Amino acid sequence: MDGGYHIVVCGSIVPDPLQTLAPVEGPTGPSLKNEMMLPAVLDPWAGHALYEAAHLAKNMPGSKVWLVSLGPKQKLQQLMMSIAQKVSFELVVLDGPAGGFTDPCEVASVLAGGIETIQGLDRSRLLLFGGCASASRDAGVTMQMVGEQLGITDQFLGVDELVVQPDGTLKILERSEGGQYQVSVCAAAPALLAWATGNLPEPPNNPQIGMANMRTVMPALQKALPAKVGAEGVSFLSVELPKQRRETRIVRDMPPDEIAREIVDWIKG
Amino acid sequence: MEKILCIAHTQPDGNLPSVALEALGAAVRLVQQLDGATLSVGLIGQNVKPAAESVATCGATRFLSVAGAEFEVSRYASDAAAVEAIARSAEATIVIAPATLRFSRSLPGVVQRLKGRIETHVTGMDAADGKLSIQRWYYRQRMMATLTRMQRPWFLLLDGGVFPAWQGEPGTTTLENLAVELGENLLRTKVIGIQAPSTNARTIRPNADVLFVAGAGWTKKQADGELHLNEAGERILGFLANCNSSLGSSKSLVDQSVEGVPVLPFMSHLNQVGQTGSTPRHPKGLATCCHGEEPHAVGWRFINERRAINTDASCGWAQGKADVLYVADAFQVMAKVNELLAG
Repeated sequence: MDGGYHIVVCGSIVPDPLQTLAPVEGPTGPSLKNEMMLPAVLDPWAGHALYEAAHLAKNMPGSKVWLVSLGPKQKLQQLMMSIAQKVSFELVVLDGPAGGFTDPCEVASVLAGGIETIQGLDRSRLLLFGGCASASRDAGVTMQMVGEQLGITDQFLGVDELVVQPDGTLKILERSEGGQYQVSVCAAAPALLAWATGNLPEPPNNPQIGMANMRTVMPALQKALPAKVGAEGVSFLSVELPKQRRETRIVRDMPPDEIAREIVDWIKG
Repeated sequence: MEKILCIAHTQPDGNLPSVALEALGAAVRLVQQLDGATLSVGLIGQNVKPAAESVATCGATRFLSVAGAEFEVSRYASDAAAVEAIARSAEATIVIAPATLRFSRSLPGVVQRLKGRIETHVTGMDAADGKLSIQRWYYRQRMMATLTRMQRPWFLLLDGGVFPAWQGEPGTTTLENLAVELGENLLRTKVIGIQAPSTNARTIRPNADVLFVAGAGWTKKQADGELHLNEAGERILGFLANCNSSLGSSKSLVDQSVEGVPVLPFMSHLNQVGQTGSTPRHPKGLATCCHGEEPHAVGWRFINERRAINTDASCGWAQGKADVLYVADAFQVMAKVNELLAG
């Protein structure tokens, strides 16, 4: 595309997957125990979307990447210390909760509103990126709702590959049932791509990118507007950890042949 | 009084996928539990008459359809338009659908248009005291919530393999076909087809009895100080062939492909199970050369019987995550397993 793409990536924080999580009941509904204290990372699938966006922007001159994040701005500031060193983007901060128990409709509304405030965003060149689901709510619906609010009717879910073809059309591979891909060709932007893993590794830290990003990150954090997000109309009757803990039989010193026989009996049983 | 709509789309052969029958089974049961509730069925596809006849005796009072060549393919714009038309015509207050790619992609947009709400990955439904509540997991299968909500229409995307499929005799029915015009702006996306991943074997089999998970240990140096990738591949593919099992992977193994580390060529991110992968449903699972750390093990939430082979007796599987942990060399054990299965 002449002039490149305007790529907006929606992505926020989730608890580090290695952390132990426990639900607690608060005045406004369930949340995580010590939620503000838990180490946070960029939501993994949103992270892949961001890396794919940066890769595409690098290869399409004139493109620009924005990262729109809804989350507590103190925690987003911590996240930026690592993410901002990896790829170039302009940050848009929406200061509100990032937990999993908020309603995706409300989240989508806030994100769409945030995107609409971006100065200079050319909607005809817009590629809206995000993860195919979050590691918190894991609903897999927010991006489509944002897209719908922005009037984008070409949407793709579980994307692993985007190729801009010589004629400017977008060839897209989406994860389909049974471990296969659906291949589609979209005429042009605007389009929404909710990414799965993609094909790119996590970029290494680059201090120069970090310094360049920080010039816009800090002002973005300072002028972040509070975003009210909850789960109106929802009554959580219970939120609990799964109770099942298995009594693991640890088998040591059994010859491989015997183990194999036991496994085969189990499979056939 | 709830007006329940169960929607489904046909497969390329014109039949309904099994997950659609599961959704219908759940919808029929819900109608029985909610006083005064009615059921409509909505079908989308090129020609949905055979599918409608196959579920004609389910008790639905209306059978609605959006049919035609443009509705055979899985595309956001056409699917959303079709579902919107059906939901509006049915005046549905509760919409139940299977979590296929088509509906997972398109229903959220329809919810936005109808100013409704949506729950996905629904794994349980109950209607005690005439009030619908549903169950779903949060934080990638780490905690289970039971919730209800006031807003309508309420869309529910049901996970496959959870609800008993509807079973009944075929029959005849009157199909109300709704006309949906698709302007050029809704046909900008062309579906080219289905493509297998760039690997040389089909390894993901959602209906398999056994999930076989390979971890990064298969690609590490073994006791002799050498890599044995070919043997690892033979052991794994041999087991898949002998057992007709599905292949899963830990994140660390599939990540190696983009990090330039030697890999198993038949593995892709599609095989990944866990926090950032899939959460498949199989009766049994066998993990090999994988440590069973929490981000991976959350993907095993719906594997009923779990066994693991690992050389580390204190790995994650030993911490109450597997039924049996064999402390052994998976290369040796799987060679013998394959021998026994092949014999």
